[in-house]
Amino acid sequence: MNDFISSVLPAVLFVGAVGLICALLLVIAAKFMSVKTDERVTKIRECLPGANCGACGFTGCDGYADALVNIPGTKTNLCIPGSDTVSKKISGLLGVQFEDVAEQVAVVHCNGDCRNTRKKHDYVGIQTCTAVKLFYGGDGLCTYGCLGYGDCARVCPNNAICLKDGIARVNFEKCIGCGLCAKTCPNHVIHMTPDTVEVVVTCSNEDPGAVARKKCTNACIGCKKCEKSCPEGAIEVRDNLSHIDYSKCSGCGTCAQVCPTGAIKAASLLGFHNQAN
Amino acid sequence: MKELLVIILASVFVNNYVLQKFLGICPFLGVSKKLDQATGMGIAVTFVMLVATAVTWPIQTYVLESLEIEYMQTIVFILVIAALVQFVEIVLKKYMPSLHKALGVYLPLITTNCAVLGVTINNVKDEYGFAQSMASSLGCGLGFLLAMVLFSGVRSRVDNSASIPESFKGIPSTLLAASIVSMAFFGFSGVIDNLFA
Repeated sequence: MNDFISSVLPAVLFVGAVGLICALLLVIAAKFMSVKTDERVTKIRECLPGANCGACGFTGCDGYADALVNIPGTKTNLCIPGSDTVSKKISGLLGVQFEDVAEQVAVVHCNGDCRNTRKKHDYVGIQTCTAVKLFYGGDGLCTYGCLGYGDCARVCPNNAICLKDGIARVNFEKCIGCGLCAKTCPNHVIHMTPDTVEVVVTCSNEDPGAVARKKCTNACIGCKKCEKSCPEGAIEVRDNLSHIDYSKCSGCGTCAQVCPTGAIKAASLLGFHNQAN
Repeated sequence: MKELLVIILASVFVNNYVLQKFLGICPFLGVSKKLDQATGMGIAVTFVMLVATAVTWPIQTYVLESLEIEYMQTIVFILVIAALVQFVEIVLKKYMPSLHKALGVYLPLITTNCAVLGVTINNVKDEYGFAQSMASSLGCGLGFLLAMVLFSGVRSRVDNSASIPESFKGIPSTLLAASIVSMAFFGFSGVIDNLFA
């Protein structure tokens, strides 16, 4: 027993002492050499949502708060999850003009759920979209659509995405517009869209009409009915897929009515973020 | 003096920590996308290696060996280096804000970098004296810097190349490029021994 103590004790004491000295050193350094941060940085940081999503383009909420105070000219409306409420608070703290935030929500451009399309093979590998995408472009018939393994749902900081009938669905009330899902989706099916839009193309398939139709009953077949019927000329069919220019769209909903497959749908994104204010 | 020069040159080219000993691969792949970032990281690593060696060598020689607890080396070194880097960061933030801004992002990344720990432990293993240890650390740091700078150049070509197959884009092509650069460095083995002969 004594042998054991005499052999272990020096090591325990020494490592303990080193740890203690290091800790003391850091405590003293933090106490006496700390740099005073601008009070406004702390206050702004408290206003920000703290999701650290990076939608503002800075390295998290701390980075944005720091930039707002220390880099003149940084806009106060960059925090999309915080929307107008946060923008107003920050503008008030900094004493600058309030600017409206362009709120965005994530929109899944695919409606190929289990009723509209089928699987082409069984997949038993790693259950992520990125992995299944490596096997012949995914296990669904359509290689453009939602893969349905929920990579987006896993990155969502606010649990706004759920998988329903085999594809991702966004709960627009919960979506904070950070865009992490859009960056994660290996098929780029999710796009960040202004939450004021009234119609959405729920398909990403660029196959020619007949091929697309065989794969999914919801697919955009590139028939150009929407393009012709749109009174504002806001719709263009490129690569057999309808694209809506939201800067021209008036939200009349004609395209959704004429679409033979239902690929264009009237959307109720409802400007949830704006309503909340 | 000649001996120190040989140690420096040998650790830059022949025993390059990244390309020959495969330590510190994480920052090597993570921060080598842009030249300025790669340079910043390289300089920060060199700095930390020198400071870490200056502290760990006396601890090893005067404390661990005299108490005969050399087996605690790894734990003690990790503890000391981690605390030291944090301390250096606080000091830099207070007294040298410009240097802190340049190294700032990279310093915490190096806190427990295996290349730094590897250098300090290998200095002990090679039974270097204090001056030799410092020379070796300087060489290893410069070698890391050289590898980062060279590889950021290679990488900017590889990443922007249009002829890479889709499935090879990103990390696979980066790893292939790293292995080729590493093989190129094998050409230096044997050069240093005969350089001053």
